[in-house]
Order: sequence, then C-alpha cells, then structure tokens
Amino acid sequence: MELTNENVLGKLIAQFGEENIFDAYDPDGIMTLTTTRENIIALIQYLYDDKDLQVQFLTTMAGIHFPDHKGRELCMMYQLHSLRHNYRLRIKVFVPAEDPVLPTLTNIYAAANWMEREAYDFYGFIFTGHPNLIRILNIEEMEYHPMLKQYPLEDQTREDKIDTYFGR
Amino acid sequence: MATDNKTADTDQLQEFRDNRDLKLQDKKNENLTTLNLGPTHPATHGIFQNILQMDGEVIMDAVPTIGYIHRAFEKIAERRPFYQITPLTDRMNYCSSPINNMGYHMTVEKLLGIEIPKRAQYIRVIMMELARISDHLICNSILGVDSGAFTGFLYVMQEREHIYDIYEEVCGARLTTNMGRIGGMERDLSPKALHLIGEFLKRFPKVWAEFEKMLTRNRIFIDRTVGVGAITAERALSYGFTGPNLRATGVDYDVRVMNPYSSYGDFEFEIPVGAKGDTYDRYLVRNEEVWQSLKIIEQAYKNLPEGSYHADAPHYYLPPKQEVYTSMEALIYHFKIVMGEIDAPKGEVYHSVEGGNGELGFYLVSDGGRTPYRLHFRRPCFIYYQAYTEMIVGGQLADAILTLSSLNVIAGELDA
Repeated sequence: MELTNENVLGKLIAQFGEENIFDAYDPDGIMTLTTTRENIIALIQYLYDDKDLQVQFLTTMAGIHFPDHKGRELCMMYQLHSLRHNYRLRIKVFVPAEDPVLPTLTNIYAAANWMEREAYDFYGFIFTGHPNLIRILNIEEMEYHPMLKQYPLEDQTREDKIDTYFGR
Repeated sequence: MATDNKTADTDQLQEFRDNRDLKLQDKKNENLTTLNLGPTHPATHGIFQNILQMDGEVIMDAVPTIGYIHRAFEKIAERRPFYQITPLTDRMNYCSSPINNMGYHMTVEKLLGIEIPKRAQYIRVIMMELARISDHLICNSILGVDSGAFTGFLYVMQEREHIYDIYEEVCGARLTTNMGRIGGMERDLSPKALHLIGEFLKRFPKVWAEFEKMLTRNRIFIDRTVGVGAITAERALSYGFTGPNLRATGVDYDVRVMNPYSSYGDFEFEIPVGAKGDTYDRYLVRNEEVWQSLKIIEQAYKNLPEGSYHADAPHYYLPPKQEVYTSMEALIYHFKIVMGEIDAPKGEVYHSVEGGNGELGFYLVSDGGRTPYRLHFRRPCFIYYQAYTEMIVGGQLADAILTLSSLNVIAGELDA
C-alpha cells in the first residue's frame, strides 16, 4: 500500500474515532495530528504493530510551551518514521501546565528513555511508568524547568555580571 | 580464521551477560569495585562520566552521566534572529561543522520557501562530504589510537589539515566554520579553493588506502574489535540509532538516499552496510563511507554547474558589501537583516541531513516573529549514547573504551 497522508489519516480515524484524532494538517509534507494523552500509547502501538504502516522508528520528541493557550499550555511532539515505507508523521499531545502528566513510551521504544528525561528536565513533563525520570542535562539541584517561556535567557538574579564589564 | 574468532567472542559476550544477570541479583554479597570513568579521562575524548561497577576487569553495571558541556542552545536559539543561530550549530558536532551549518540553513530555507540554485547545492554537497570525510577520519584513526596504533592517526591528521585548508579558503574559518548563509553560500568557490579540492582528490585516496592497509587486516586490531560492543539491528532501531552505527548492524537507512536534499539524487554512490554491529563493522562502514564520499565529491567537482552561488532572496540573503555602500535598497536590506528585523513566516518544519553520526534533524516552529518560537535539534549522539550501557556491560573495561570511540560520541552534540 502506498502511504499517503490521506489514507493514513483515514485509517487512524477509522481505528480511533474523530474525537481522538483531530487537528490534522500538513505544514511541511509531514502530516501532523493531535491526539489525547489517554490515546497516545495505544496510537503509537497501533502504528508500530499494523502490517501496512510499520511505523517502527522514533525519530525525536520535543516539548513546546504555549503559555497563551489556556488549559493546553504544554505540547509534546512525537515524530515517527516508517523506515519500510519511508513515511514520516508527527503526533502532538497537549496537556495543561498544572498537570503535565503523560504515559511513558519506553515500553515501545528504548530511545524514548532519554528523550523523556530531556522533556522532564526542560519542560517538567511527568512520564508515568518511566524507569528513571531524573534530570539529564541540567544539574540535579535546579528548581525550575528552564525551557518554559516565563524564564528569560539570562538568570536575572545573577550579581557577578556587572553591566559596565559588558558595555551595557 | 577471523570468523571463528568472531563467533567465539560473541558467545563469550553472551555468557558474560547471562552471568551478569545472576550476579546483579545478589549484588550485595559481591565485592564489586566502583570505578569512575570520566568526566575527564584521556580515553573518553570528551567530557562525560560513566560510573562503572566492576568485577575485576569485567563491567557489571554502568551509569552514564551527561550534561557537562550543556550550553542551552535550544533556549538561546529562541532569543536569536535566524542568521545568528548558525554559529550555535557549529558547536554541536564540531568534527563536521559544515554539515550542521547547512542542515540548519536548509531547514530555514524550507520554512521560507527559498529555491536554491544548482551551483550552490553542489558546493554544499562538496563541503558536506569533505566534512563527512574529516569526521570519519577522526573517528577511525582515534579507534586506532585507542587500540594502540598511534601512527595512522598522525598520518591521516595531516589530511584533515588539508580539508581545513579548504574550509579556510571557502569561509575563512577552520573548526567552527559558520559556513554559508541562509539562501546559499556567502561567496563562490575561488580558483584557489577549486585547486585545493582538486589536489585533495588526487592525494587523499592514496593516503586512505594506506591507512586502511594498516588497520583493516591487522591481527591485533581485529582481535581487539571483532565482537566488541555488538548490538543487534532490532535493538539499534529501538534505541534510535542512525548513521554508520545503524548501518553497521545491517540496516541501510541513509537520509541522503531516503529523503534526498541538496541534489544528492544527482550522484551515484552506495550505502555500505555491516552485518554484526560490532566495533569492527562500524570501522569498516566508516572506512567505506569515506570512499563513497570521495566519489560524490569527484562527481560534484567535475559537474559543478554554472550559475549563481546563492538564491535570489534579498529579504534574507545579505547583499554584497560593495552594493551596501552604493545602493540605498541594499543598505536597507543589509540593515534589516543584520539587526534581525525581518520576520519569518509562520510555520513548522522538520528537516534532516545525514550528519557524521546519523540523522541530524532540525525541528523548527515559527510564530511569525524574528526568532524561532522553538528550535529542537535531533542530535544523533544524544539518542544512541543511551545504548552504551547495554553495549559495554559484560565486557571488559578496555573494550568499553574502544566501543566508545567507535560510536563516535561527540560531547558537544551529546549535550548541545
């Protein structure tokens, strides 16, 4: 079967229903669709197991923060790749900032381990069932998640940087 | 001879792994030694730590710690105009900076919808393949150093020097190149650059053949690498391996062929694959890729098309300096681009290139402002380094060092 965005989307909607697969669009040739956190693992497992799709490679995961979207501030982007059909797709899940909980993907992809730790480290996502959800790139003592938009680039409380040294 | 040796080693490795599981169960009764490999250790070629639990010479468990040179590139990128992000990408895989630069440029061009002239694409291909050669050359020669053969390293290092001379002629820098611009190259290949590339193409094959001769059939090297740090194709795919490390396990995934970019479709080349996914296979795959890269450079060099070396995109591509001084329009564009006053369109793109270590991806979300809203780097090192624990447990400490160098983990890319 030749995989196109239309027939893959049709297949997924037939399987999961329109209430669980929504906001599908194609920004750059890679189909992007949104699902809910209740369905994300089932969806990725389905893509993995289905004989026609064989989407069995996790390319990357990235968090995005939209502070203006009330109730769906945090977005997790999963990008998957079917190496057999050379077909890529992108799945997004939105969660509220006060409840950034998602199920872990480590049972399907070993690669998700550090990607989820990175998302936890930088955005504060909590992945239930993750074997070792600790910070990965930042120091353990850090008290915030630095990629969230409310944090400016430089630490505003630093006192060792005096403006005159930097010509400001 | 070598084949027998290979199976024996693999069986031994399996035996170690089985024993390890038993031994880890009653770890408390065991006198394991804790050994800190890193953060700064001459044999790890970068700053990352592994806390090893050793039973004599055998590694029982390993806990990797990374992040020692984390520089928050993704955060910085959200506060910089697009053209100021290129120098950040240099510092990811600094053994092959041009690939990072051009991967980033192509991502932004995809967002802006700029069409790049053929000549610029071919120049990019030449520079990217030179970068791949210098990347693989370092990796394979360091592998020699770690197994006790220093000569080859010093010998091919001179060739890397010649590649850096070409970079210098093309963009002015050597290591962190910041090569090219959004929209093409910053200048055309000069006659001297063309001459240097021609000379390199003549001289390098002989050097690389000699280097191969030194290691490929070397008894000591084979003994040290065959069956060491092996991983199966299934595990490698699950761990998100890409690039030479994945191809060494037998999966022929190469972004240059799967999703051709920058006219890679025009060139004839092959994707070498290994079979066992061990250190020796990774070495062989990289070796062969150097030959294929040479082939690509030769074709691009011979068929270099005429035309412009940059796209006609005045809003994003800096005008020539001479025009800035003489033409009002150029001055305005120059000012707006340099001050980062030009907004990018809204959009969301992913673009990946075949980096030195695998699929180097850029996921860019733009909200229509002067900076990216979100820029995520898919760094191949970061993703496959998690498999390192699994690959070394059950083996010996000296083998762990070789596995690390054959994976070609670059600390800058690992931590970004």
